Amino acid sequence: MKKDPTLAILTAASLILLAIGPVLPRWAMFLINVSLCYGIVVLGMMLLMRTGVVSFGHGLYYCLGAYASGTIDQVYKISDMSVMLLAAVLVTALASAALGLLLRKYRDIFFAMLSLAFSMILYGLLVKTSALGSSDGFNITASKIAGITVAGTAGDRYVRYALTVVCAFLAGLFMHKYVNSHMGRLALAIRDNELRVEYMGASVSNVIHVNYVISAVLAGIGGALVAIAVGHIDPEMAYWTTSGEFVFVGILSGTGSILAPFLGAFIFETIRSFAYEYSPNTWQLALGITMLMVIMFLPGGLWSLFMRKRKAA
Amino acid sequence: MGQLAAVLLDGLIYASWLFIIAVGLTLIYGVMKILNIAHGSLYALGAYSAASFGGYWLKQGYPPMGSYAAMLVAAIVVGLIAGPVIERGLLRFMYGKDEIVLVLVTYAVFLILEDFVKLVWGVDPYFIAQPYGLLGSFDIADLTYPNYNLLLFCAAVFLGVSLAWVLTRTRQGKMLAAVIHDREMSAAMGINVGRVYFITFTVGAMLGALGGALTAPMISVQPGIGAETIVLAFAVVVIGGLGSLPGAALAALLVGVVRSAAVHYRPELDLFSIYLVMAVVLIVRPKGLFSVQEARKI
Repeated sequence: MKKDPTLAILTAASLILLAIGPVLPRWAMFLINVSLCYGIVVLGMMLLMRTGVVSFGHGLYYCLGAYASGTIDQVYKISDMSVMLLAAVLVTALASAALGLLLRKYRDIFFAMLSLAFSMILYGLLVKTSALGSSDGFNITASKIAGITVAGTAGDRYVRYALTVVCAFLAGLFMHKYVNSHMGRLALAIRDNELRVEYMGASVSNVIHVNYVISAVLAGIGGALVAIAVGHIDPEMAYWTTSGEFVFVGILSGTGSILAPFLGAFIFETIRSFAYEYSPNTWQLALGITMLMVIMFLPGGLWSLFMRKRKAA
Repeated sequence: MGQLAAVLLDGLIYASWLFIIAVGLTLIYGVMKILNIAHGSLYALGAYSAASFGGYWLKQGYPPMGSYAAMLVAAIVVGLIAGPVIERGLLRFMYGKDEIVLVLVTYAVFLILEDFVKLVWGVDPYFIAQPYGLLGSFDIADLTYPNYNLLLFCAAVFLGVSLAWVLTRTRQGKMLAAVIHDREMSAAMGINVGRVYFITFTVGAMLGALGGALTAPMISVQPGIGAETIVLAFAVVVIGGLGSLPGAALAALLVGVVRSAAVHYRPELDLFSIYLVMAVVLIVRPKGLFSVQEARKI
C-alpha cells in the first residue's frame, strides 16, 4: 500500500506558512489567517458531511466560540488568547454536547432545519442583548498570549497569524488521525447505510453525536481565531447565511481529504476578498454558479480532481 | 383586555403574512420534495417588481386603487417567468437526487438571484407605501390598524381555501395527490409527471412573488429581505410538517400569536420566540405537527 502523503503535506505546508509569515505583506497574511480559520470550521463540516448529515446552523458554534472568547476578553478583562481559545472550546463543547442529545435523532432536512433553528435562536438573542453590543457586536483586543503582552509590539500580527497556523495544523492532525480511526471509518458507513451499521452492532446516534461535538468545537475554535485576527465580532456570525457559506465551502472542497477544506476555504476567501474589491454586487452570483457547477460536474468537490489524477498516474 | 385583543389581532395579521409567504414553499415541498431556498429570492423579486411597477403606476397619475392590480400583475409576471426558467432550466436535471442536495441546488439559485436583484434594482431601498394607507384604517384598543391588514388576512384565507379546494376537489388535485403518493406509479398510469412538476413549481414561484408583492407596501424593499423571509417561511413550514397545507396554516397561527405576544410583553424576545417555537415543536414532534410516518428503507 502506498504511503499516505497527507501528513507530510500538512506538516510541510504549516512550516512553510510559519516561515514565510514575517515577509508576507499584511493583506496576504490576513487573507491566509482568515482562510485558515474558515478552513478549521469547514474541517468540522466535512466530518459531518462524511457522516451523511448537513448542518445549516454551524454558524451557531462559530459565533458562540467568538462570543465566548470575546466575553472573556471584554467582560472579564482576561485578554489572553490562550484563555480565550480555551473558553471557546469549553463553551462550544458543552453547548454541542447538550444540543447533540436532541440532534442525534434527526437526519437529512430535519437535522439541517433544527440546527438552523438553534443558530437563529442565538442570533435572535444576541441581536437584542445590548450588554454585548446588540447587532453591532463589539471589538476585541486580545492583547496577550500565555501571559506575554503582544498588542502594540512589532510581532503582533505575526503572533496572531502563527497562532492560527498552529491551531490549523493541530486540527488537521487530529482530524487525520480521527477519520482513520474506528469511529472515523464508521462515519462513511453511516452515510452509505445507517440501518446496516446498526445491525452490525454500532450505535449510529453515538457516532453522530460525537462527530457533531467535534465539528462544533472546531467551529468554535475557528470563530475564536477569527475574533482574535479581525478584532471585531457581531451576531451576523450566527445568521443562517454564514452557515450556508460553510456548507458551500464544504461542498466546494469535498470530503476526500483533510487538506481539502483548507484549500477550499483559501480559494473561497481569495475569491471573496477580490470580488468585494472589484465587483461587490456580483460575487454571490459567481458563488452560486460555481456551486451549481460543482454539484453537477464534481460531486466529490474540488478534491476529486486530485484523486482522479492520482489514479490515472 | 385591550392589550389581549391587540395581541390576538397582531398575531392574526402576522399569521396571515406568514401563511402567504410559506404556502408556496410547502406546496413545492409537498409535491416535489424540494425545500426551495430560492423561494426567498422569488419573494424579493415579487416585492421589487411590485414596488417599481406599482410606483410607476402611481407616478403616471393613474387611479391609485389600480396600484393593487398593478402589484398583483407584477407578481404574476415574475412567477410566470422565473418559475419556468428555474424548473425547466435547472431543477428538472436534478430530480432523483438527495433532498439535501436539492436544498443546496436551490441555495445556489438563491445566491444567484440575490445578486440578480441587486444588478437590476441596485442596492438602494424602494418604497411604495401609498397602497398601505389607501384603504383607511380602524381602531382597536387605542391602536390604529390600516385596513390593508384586513386585505392581507382575506388574501391568506382566499389562498388557503382555494388551494385546498384545488387539491382535494378537482381532477388536477387528485392527480397531484397520486404523484405525491407514488411518482413512478402515476407516471405508469399516464399522468404527465413532468408537467405536474412544472405547473406546481410555477404556481409555487408565483405564490412566493405574490407574498413579496403583498408585503412591499409594508416594508422598505431592500437587499436582504429574501434571506430574512425565507428562514421565517422555513420555520412555519417545518413546524407545520413539510408539505402540509393545514399544517402551514396552523403553524402560521401559532408562530404569529407567539411572536405578537412576545412583541407586546417582552419585546427583546421578538425573533428569538419564533425559532424557539420551531425548536420546541421539532423536539416534541420531530417531523412537524402534521406529519406522516415513513417506513425506513434498508
